[in-house]
Amino acid sequence: MSDNSSLRTASQRIAWTATIVVSTLVFIFLIAPILAIMPLSFSSGSYLTYPLPGLSLRWYDDFITSPRWMNSLKNSLIIGIASTALSMVLGTLAALGLAQWKSRFKPLVLAFVLSPVVVPGVITAVGLYFFFAPIGLTGSYLGLILAHTALATPFVVITVGATLQSFDTNLARAAASLGASPLYAFRRVILPLILPGLASGALFAFATSFDEVVIVLFMAGPEQRTLPREMFSGIRENISPTITAAALILTTVSVILLATMEALRRRNERLKGGG
Amino acid sequence: MVGLPMTAASSTGATASADVPLKRRLRRAERTRQVKALALVLPLLVFLLFTFAGPIAGMLWRSVDDREVRQVLPQTIAALAGWDGKDLPDEAAFAALASDVLAARASGTVAIAAKRLNYALNGFRTILTSTARNLKAAPDPGMAKETLGKINAAWRERATWTTIKDASGPITGFYLLAALDLTRNVDGAIIAAAPDQSIYRNLFMRTFVISLSVTALCLILGFPVAYLLAALPPGRSNLLMIFVLLPFWTSLLVRTCAWIVLLQSKGVVNDSLHWLGIIDEPLRLIYNRFGVCVAMTHVLLPFMILPLYSSMKAISPAYMRAAASLGAPPLTAFLRIYLPQTLPGIGAGSLLVFILALGYYITPALVGGAADQMISYFIALYTTETANWGLASALGAVLLLATLLLALVYGKLVQGQQVTGGMKN
Repeated sequence: MSDNSSLRTASQRIAWTATIVVSTLVFIFLIAPILAIMPLSFSSGSYLTYPLPGLSLRWYDDFITSPRWMNSLKNSLIIGIASTALSMVLGTLAALGLAQWKSRFKPLVLAFVLSPVVVPGVITAVGLYFFFAPIGLTGSYLGLILAHTALATPFVVITVGATLQSFDTNLARAAASLGASPLYAFRRVILPLILPGLASGALFAFATSFDEVVIVLFMAGPEQRTLPREMFSGIRENISPTITAAALILTTVSVILLATMEALRRRNERLKGGG
Repeated sequence: MVGLPMTAASSTGATASADVPLKRRLRRAERTRQVKALALVLPLLVFLLFTFAGPIAGMLWRSVDDREVRQVLPQTIAALAGWDGKDLPDEAAFAALASDVLAARASGTVAIAAKRLNYALNGFRTILTSTARNLKAAPDPGMAKETLGKINAAWRERATWTTIKDASGPITGFYLLAALDLTRNVDGAIIAAAPDQSIYRNLFMRTFVISLSVTALCLILGFPVAYLLAALPPGRSNLLMIFVLLPFWTSLLVRTCAWIVLLQSKGVVNDSLHWLGIIDEPLRLIYNRFGVCVAMTHVLLPFMILPLYSSMKAISPAYMRAAASLGAPPLTAFLRIYLPQTLPGIGAGSLLVFILALGYYITPALVGGAADQMISYFIALYTTETANWGLASALGAVLLLATLLLALVYGKLVQGQQVTGGMKN
């Protein structure tokens, strides 16, 4: 059943049509909410309903002139970039180590390293809240950056690890046999080859931090509120169209991340196909 | 870096002493390599110990930690150590309590013990604060029992004293029992908690039911999509994959907000149904169970589709052709040949969705009503609002245990499929 040509009988055609119809409905279900919220941010009215009374950019103006929203955007970027950088260093080193390490404890260590993804956000948040409060790390940027790094690093370990798996170790041996120092070989041979994997890891890490809200809810003071945190209270307290402007900004970031990811994947496939 | 020590060892080995056997030199080189590899992993392990494992261990510790009463009423606890709990304690225990209460009033710590004891026995707060207020000075020797009994008759009850003894710490099963709707009676036996306090089993049940419903919905909606994506030629399936990946990458808050816009009483869905003449009054689609299930299914659907897709992609079309050529009707071939091969994908996707759903907090908090809040909501509530940290931690411990057990099963399941991100040996 790889394509339509192998569909022979009427019942198979009906089954195939049903699959297409159901899938189309599911695709609509997946995309419609995201599309439905976008136009509201350009509404001139103050209600989140259709039809729009008119078009305006007043909610974007509101977003840009509001110190609360702009501060939250700035916080999201600061925390996102810092935790991405930190998780890239820790995650890449760990992935390099894990790729070479042979031990019967390896599955255990790997499970531990990946566990922040599985443990429910509230549990991590409550634990960090108890743990960081006495040492003054709640209500601080550093505390949030450390917490987000813990959540983001598993994604870096997975993506970089997958890239290393497909990396031909003979290339490193060749570099060494030609007299390259380990550091030089890493910089000139290994790094360029695993760079797409590193970039994907960084995107995952950034997206993780940029979207995280539970830990921020518990640990951030008024000064460190991030964009999703501000949206959370916006939705809870008074749902104004400024939220939809914020949503469009967040979604634009997601689309850029997704597009970059897709470009990296295609580049990787092309390289593999040509190799 | 990769494979280098071995090369270095063999190139220097040519000129070095030939009496060290090659085998041993290789082994030594390999050992260095392993130590270096471990050294690369170590920073992350230390980091996670501080930012993840430590905090969670701390939370687990709080679920059994019971030192508040011990700190405030140390003499009473000491005096009760030898008490068998069968009758009222002796005069010495009353005198110790009076002395403790006076000291606690002076240091302003009465409320700490009162709060903890009130969890175990409703009304204990009043007993202790009224005693602290009315006890003017240390009772005369031999008069402590009578004095305290006059201030509050509860001191003549055995249950008041067993409550203190139960809370004497330093560790307790009280919170963990409470999280399972259990308690200890006056004789120390484990019994079911009072009906008005038995809310947690229902809460776990509700969390389980919502997670299961969402998992089932994801499977029903995700299966045809994954099938379509796996059956289409790569060009078209890559294009359609964007419909799955875009929501996957879109912020959770944006998606939750979008569902509020769609499902509210004047929202897009109600307006459309009204316009079509299907309904006269707006339907209640949000701030109830329906809204929670719809929004959670939307958020978690990609986690079902992606593992299903990769397991279906791995099924060779030759199997279905072979089944057809052997005379199997399409439905039989699908049920007997295709479906069994997707089972690992179904298992992995369902477990993943279920695990993630169990811990959900944000979506139910924003689109659910009071009766749709899941376990995480109460953990958050007890941590930040009522500051009942023991109970918050105990509920967290139960949720963590359930999650880790399921994750273990998930790990075993995907291990067989080699989809651990290429990190497996």
